[in-house]
Amino acid sequence: MNIVVCIKQVPDSTHIRVHPVTNTIMRQGVPAIINPYDLFAIEEALRLKDQFGGKVTVLTMGPPQAEPALRKAMSYGCDEAVLVTDKVFAGADTLATSYVLACAIRTLDAESPVDLVFTGKQTIDGDTAQVGPGIAKRLEMELLTYVSRIVSVDRQARRIRVERRAEGGVQVLETRLPALITMLEGSNEIRFGSAPDMFRAARAEIRVWDRNAAGIDDIKKVGLKGSPTIVSRVFGPTPRAEKAKQIPFDPQTPEAAAQALLEQVLAEVPKVKKELDGRKNAATEGASHE
Amino acid sequence: MSNAKTDKPIKKRKIKLDEALLAYRGVWVFVESERGHVHPVSWELMGQARQLADQLGVEVCGVVMGAPGPALEAQCQAAFAYGADRCYRVASPVLADYRNVPYTQALTDLVNAHKPEILLLGATTLGRDLAGSVATTLKTGLTADCTELAIDPEDRCLLSTRPTFGGSLLCTIVTLNYRPQMATVRHRVMPMPEPQPERSGLIIDFDPGLIETDIVTKVLEFIPDEQRDKPQLPYAEIIVSGGKGLGKAENFKLVWDLAHVLGAEVGASRAAIHAGWISADRQVGQTGKTVRPALYIAAGISGAIQHRVGMEASDCIIAVNNDPNAPIFDFAHYAIVGDCQQILPALARNFGTYLGRH
Ligand SMILES: Cc1cc2nc3c(=O)[nH]c(=O)nc-3n(C[C@H](O)[C@H](O)[C@H](O)COP(=O)(O)OP(=O)(O)OC[C@H]3O[C@@H](n4cnc5c(N)ncnc54)[C@H](O)[C@@H]3O)c2cc1C
Ligand SMILES: Nc1ncnc2c1ncn2[C@@H]1O[C@H](COP(=O)(O)O)[C@@H](O)[C@H]1O
Repeated sequence: MNIVVCIKQVPDSTHIRVHPVTNTIMRQGVPAIINPYDLFAIEEALRLKDQFGGKVTVLTMGPPQAEPALRKAMSYGCDEAVLVTDKVFAGADTLATSYVLACAIRTLDAESPVDLVFTGKQTIDGDTAQVGPGIAKRLEMELLTYVSRIVSVDRQARRIRVERRAEGGVQVLETRLPALITMLEGSNEIRFGSAPDMFRAARAEIRVWDRNAAGIDDIKKVGLKGSPTIVSRVFGPTPRAEKAKQIPFDPQTPEAAAQALLEQVLAEVPKVKKELDGRKNAATEGASHE
Repeated sequence: MSNAKTDKPIKKRKIKLDEALLAYRGVWVFVESERGHVHPVSWELMGQARQLADQLGVEVCGVVMGAPGPALEAQCQAAFAYGADRCYRVASPVLADYRNVPYTQALTDLVNAHKPEILLLGATTLGRDLAGSVATTLKTGLTADCTELAIDPEDRCLLSTRPTFGGSLLCTIVTLNYRPQMATVRHRVMPMPEPQPERSGLIIDFDPGLIETDIVTKVLEFIPDEQRDKPQLPYAEIIVSGGKGLGKAENFKLVWDLAHVLGAEVGASRAAIHAGWISADRQVGQTGKTVRPALYIAAGISGAIQHRVGMEASDCIIAVNNDPNAPIFDFAHYAIVGDCQQILPALARNFGTYLGRH
C-alpha cells in the first residue's frame, strides 16, 4: 500500500510559559515536537505497511526548521519524507494549508498512486480539526474522520472498513480507496523505532519542495492571500468586575475557613443553596429507605 | 470577555464585500441530529443566532436534515420554539445516517441556493466533519471552537473569538471577502435558551436530489455507547476538579472524597490528566469538556485560559490554591489561599455535616 501521513511540527505546549506582565507567549527555548495527535496517524500507517507492505511517506508544510519532525517520523519506520516549504505559504489558515497539502499529495500520487492519506485528529497549536476534511474535499477522496479502528482492508476490491467515533456511539463504515482518515487519539501507541530505522532516519534524504515542485497551480490560493480568515485582535481575558471573595485561611484551623466558605456561599448564591438543599433531602430520603 | 484590558489590535482591515456577496443574508444554524435525537448544542446555537440576527435585523433559519418522516417536522417545530423564523427541511432516505458526502453536498447546495451570511454548527464530531468539508467546498472561512460570537456594528462582520495557542490569550477572527462566515461552537459554551412553544415559523422543503447508488460510503452498523460508566460532566450541577497542585496521584483521592460527599462529578485539568492521575474523559477545558454547573470547585488548578474557557460559565467558582497570584483568582467567586491537602478534607467535613452525611 502507498500511504501518505500529514504531520505538523508544533511547539511542545508543556514547555510554554506566558509572560506574567505582557501576557504574551514566551517561545524562546520551547522544544518543537511532532503534533502528538499525528503519532496515532503514523502508527496506524506503519501497521498497515507491516501487514500489506508498500511504503509510508510523511508530508509536512512548514518552515525549513520542520525537518527534524520528518526525521523523527522516519525513525519510527516511515520510508520517505517531503517538506513543502516556501515563503509564500506564510500566514496560511486551514483553507490555504489544505490547498498546499492537497497539491503535494496529487504530485506524489502522480509518481505512484496513493491508497490512503492519514492526518491527526487536530493539531495542538491550530486545534481546528479542519485540515484533514479540507484535503479530502480538495482531492475528492472519501473522508473518514475520528477513526478509532481499521477493521479490515480488502486490497483486491480496494475497500476499507473502519470504526468511527460518532456522537452517541460508534459508526461502522465501509468505503472505497483512496480515502483520507483522521485518526482518533488513543487508538494505538507509537512504536519505538528500530536501530536500523534510527540510523537511516539520521541520514536519509528529505525531499524539499517549493511551490513549483509541489505542483501548486494557483499562487493566489496559498499563504495569507489564500486565507479567507484573519486574526483581527489578540487580547487577554478580562478579570471579573468583582474580585474573588477571600476566605481567610489559617493552616492551624482549616475548619474555620471551610465553615466560613459554606456559610457565605449558602447566603449569597441561591442556586448553589438550592442544589445543596436538594441533595440534603435526597440524602435523608435515601437514608429512610435503608 | 469582549472589552478586555490588554487589547492589542493586530490589523484593522476594512472588509469590503463584492457585489455578489451582499446578497448573503440571515443567520443559519445546522440542527444536528443523529438517530433522530437533536444534539442540544443546536438549540444553544439557536439562542446565540437569535441575538446575532436581531442585531443584524435579519432572520434566523434552522437547517434540518434526515430521512423523510415526522421526526423532521418535530425538529422544525422545536427549532421555532428555540428562536428560528424559518426552517429548511432537507429530507432524503440517503440522509438517514450521517455520512460526509451526502450531508456536505446537501448543505453546500442549500447554502448556494439561499445564501446565508452566517452559518453556525456545533463543534461535535459530526459538526466538525461537516463544517470543515462545507467550508472547503464553498472556499470560505471557518473558525473552530469559538467561545464568543458577536457582530461588528460597523461592517456587519461576524467576530469569532477563541483561545489562541499556549498563552493566556484570546483572539478574534474575522472572515474577509467570503461568505458565508462559518463558525463552530462546543456544547455548553452558550447558554440553553428557554423554549417558547407558541413561536412558529415557515418550513421550506429543499430537495437535495441525492441518489443512494452515487454514495460510496455505507454505514454497516451503529453501536450505541453504554451511558452507564461515562462521566456526565457537561450536565453535572456540582463539579469538583483537581489539578497539578494536588502534588501526587494519591492526593486525588481528596477530590473524590469531597465529590462523593457533595454528590458531584469529578473533573480535572489537563496537567492532572497528563500526570496520569485520572482518566482523560474527565478533562475540563478547551480540549476537554465544557461545563456550566451551579458550583465548580477547583483545587490546585492555576486557571490557564484553556481550562478557564471550559468552566467559566459556572454560577459559582470556588478556587483553592496556595499561590495568591494564581490566575484562577481573577475569575473565581470565592478564593481560599492555602494548601488543598488541608482544605479539601475540611470542606468535605463541613459540607458533609450540612448535608447530613458523615
Ligand atoms: C492547545 C492547548 C489546549 C489545552 N487544553 C486544555 C484543557 O482542555 N484543559 C486544561 O485544563 N488545560 C488545557 N491545556 C493546558 C493548560 O494550558 C494548562 O497547562 C493546564 O490547565 C494547567 O493545569 P494545572 O492548573 O493543573 O497545572 P499548573 O498550571 O501547574 O497549576 C498548578 C496550580 O496548583 C497550585 N498549587 C500547587 N501546590 C498546591 C497546594 N499544595 N495546594 C493548592 N494549590 C497548589 C499552584 O499554585 C498552581 O497554580 C491546554 C493547553 C494547550 C496549549
Ligand atoms: N502544516 C501542516 N503540514 C502537514 N499536515 C498538517 C499541517 N497542518 C495540519 N496538518 C494535519 O491536519 C491535522 C489537523 O490539523 P488542524 O486542522 O490544524 O487541527 C493535523 O493533525 C495534521 O495531520
